[in-house]
Amino acid sequence: MKRSLVLIAAAVLVAGCGGAGGSAQQEGTDGSPGQVTLEWWHLSTAEPLKSLWDQRAKEFMAQNPNVTIKATVLENDAYKAKLTTITQSGQAPDLFATWGGGVLQQQIEAGLVKDISTDVADVLPNFTPAALSAYQFDGKTYGLPTDIGVVGFWYNKELFQQAGITEPPATWSAFLEDVKKLKAAGITPIALAGKEKWPGHYYWAYLAMRIAGLDALKQAAVDNDFNRPDFVAAGQQLKALADLQPFQKGFLGAGYGTPDGQAATMGNGQAAMELMGQWAPATQADAGKGLGEDLGFFPFPAVEGGKGSAGDAFGGGGGLAVGTDAPPQAVEFVKYMTAMENHSKAVEAGGVLPVLKGEENAVEDPNLKQVATMLAGATGYQLYLDQAYPPAVGQQVNDSVAELIGGTKTPEEVAQDITEVAKSEG
Amino acid sequence: MTTLTKGPEAVRLPAPPPAARRRGRWVTITLFLLPAIVLFLMLVVAPMVVAAYSSLFRWNGFGGLPTDFIGLDNFTRLFSSEIFVQDMWHLVVLVALSIFVQLPFSLAVAMLLHQRMRGRAIYRMVFFAPYVLSEVITGVLFSLILSPGSGMANQVLSVFGWESEWLADPDTVLPSLFLVMTWKYFGFHMMIYLAGRQNIPDELVEAAQIDGATAWKTFRYVTLPLLGPTIRISVFLSVIYTIQLFDLVWILTGGGPSHASETMAVTMMDWGFKRSQVGYASAISVVMFVLSLVFALFYQRLVMRRDLEGATTSMGGRR
Repeated sequence: MKRSLVLIAAAVLVAGCGGAGGSAQQEGTDGSPGQVTLEWWHLSTAEPLKSLWDQRAKEFMAQNPNVTIKATVLENDAYKAKLTTITQSGQAPDLFATWGGGVLQQQIEAGLVKDISTDVADVLPNFTPAALSAYQFDGKTYGLPTDIGVVGFWYNKELFQQAGITEPPATWSAFLEDVKKLKAAGITPIALAGKEKWPGHYYWAYLAMRIAGLDALKQAAVDNDFNRPDFVAAGQQLKALADLQPFQKGFLGAGYGTPDGQAATMGNGQAAMELMGQWAPATQADAGKGLGEDLGFFPFPAVEGGKGSAGDAFGGGGGLAVGTDAPPQAVEFVKYMTAMENHSKAVEAGGVLPVLKGEENAVEDPNLKQVATMLAGATGYQLYLDQAYPPAVGQQVNDSVAELIGGTKTPEEVAQDITEVAKSEG
Repeated sequence: MTTLTKGPEAVRLPAPPPAARRRGRWVTITLFLLPAIVLFLMLVVAPMVVAAYSSLFRWNGFGGLPTDFIGLDNFTRLFSSEIFVQDMWHLVVLVALSIFVQLPFSLAVAMLLHQRMRGRAIYRMVFFAPYVLSEVITGVLFSLILSPGSGMANQVLSVFGWESEWLADPDTVLPSLFLVMTWKYFGFHMMIYLAGRQNIPDELVEAAQIDGATAWKTFRYVTLPLLGPTIRISVFLSVIYTIQLFDLVWILTGGGPSHASETMAVTMMDWGFKRSQVGYASAISVVMFVLSLVFALFYQRLVMRRDLEGATTSMGGRR
């Protein structure tokens, strides 16, 4: 008994150090010698994160012999569905990946997520405010970020050159011109996963941000009204793009990370660009061959006459939230994961972007550096719409935009359908 | 029907058991049935009642029972929803294709494999094998085969200068889905038909042949009528399966592109578990339940009446 107490005390001390110190004492008082199993759900199915996270868990278990971490790793869509199912049954995993926003808020309101404000108060100042914002509601913290990034165009420099495009487009009309040039050169301009709907919603979201502005997107969720000329205009611009038929053959049935999906099409050099988040290079290399030096990044172009600033960024990160009934070691693990010396390893490997102050130097990949710079200089920030809004509204955005791209709905109908669902929530 | 009444009377002949023994028998029966009834109530009836109850509420599925009562709003919203109406249409199309294409095809294969031929057992086994595979494996398998870019189907067909986008085109997705369904289920129906065919006495076929009936006439006027009960049950199974069709669609297309292959069950999953509108999803499940129930009752009463004599349609023995 005595020996195991010593062991626990030692383990807690080590864990406390890992989590940037502070909470060791508080842990020591209630630390019981029992075995603890932590259920951890996340969705990092691609390298390098897949093995990095696994390594962190093993290290944590080595330092805390009484803790067993059981990881469940699922692909994006499956993850969202499985997490919704289990949370509706009134449970939550001890640790789970979250994007914050409206989805997390709904889980908080259902009493499934632990308020970790006091537990993490000591490490909070280490994070950049942009990275933290999605996990804080009413001044309380419900999760810590592991990643933050922006969505932008990843392009194949080699294919752009073949089409005679010398520099990435800065305006929407130039972008449409480039799409035409690529098509004329016999190159598929854009890879898109039409079977999964979230990649398509990026286009509408960015266009809505550029044309209507960030405030309009926020206000629409408050008024439950997306029936505004600016949102319709965003739909019309997307339709103008879709009418050029810029996507790969059979894109409506394509997945994102599957062997013939969006990331593979891009990574194998069969399409010139994709609109995707900071994880795109990793997934391209995982699902396809990867482009290496040929891969470039440019921000979503400005739309002429739009109300939104071209410096506004759209994206999200990833964070870890803790279930209400989780043992205290769960919070320790979250702090361990996001401690500078541990998290910066993932940044160095190019799996995630800096969430901690002073971590920027760890970014080695030139493209990711560009993403980090864009993020640092962003004039405004919008979380993914399917996470920022309540699930029903977010999914309807995805769904309606997919129908718009598929050509079965008009821009007016898209605005109308989203409004209808938003009203049904209210 | 007078001949039928003989049966019950014959049973009644022995003296009725004393009241005490009869009660004892009831206790035994109840005890034996109890576990099954409890499980049935807990796992089948209770969820059905909860679903029917929550379909009258606006509810995101979190925390206890729903409270925001909205009457039949979920149902009015459902029936005015374009997607749900489309789901019903997909159901009609798939049922029609199943009955008029898949089942006749299975029947033809069954008749063929009833003949004496070399390797008959192997053919039967091979055709039945897909049925043993899980729906998910079938789905993954065919999403690889039917992939427009690098799938096997297009690689092979391109030799003949023909290509299709299969599951990626709203116009071809439903037939492609049906193709996969047929691949998976024709073996099952073939097996039922084979069993039914083996129950037909050879004498009848022989007699018809001696009377000079052609092969077609023997089939049309002897085999087919005698296969009636088997065909009716296979149509029944096929329709009920189509009403509940989910796994295959979920894996192959997720209901897309643009809802072109969505079924009621997929719509329900979408609203219940992706969008957290459990009240609305419950309304869909109630409609599915009522549809299955109404179909099953009417079909059994009207079409399968003779086949189920004395089972569900006996009306207390009065007929």
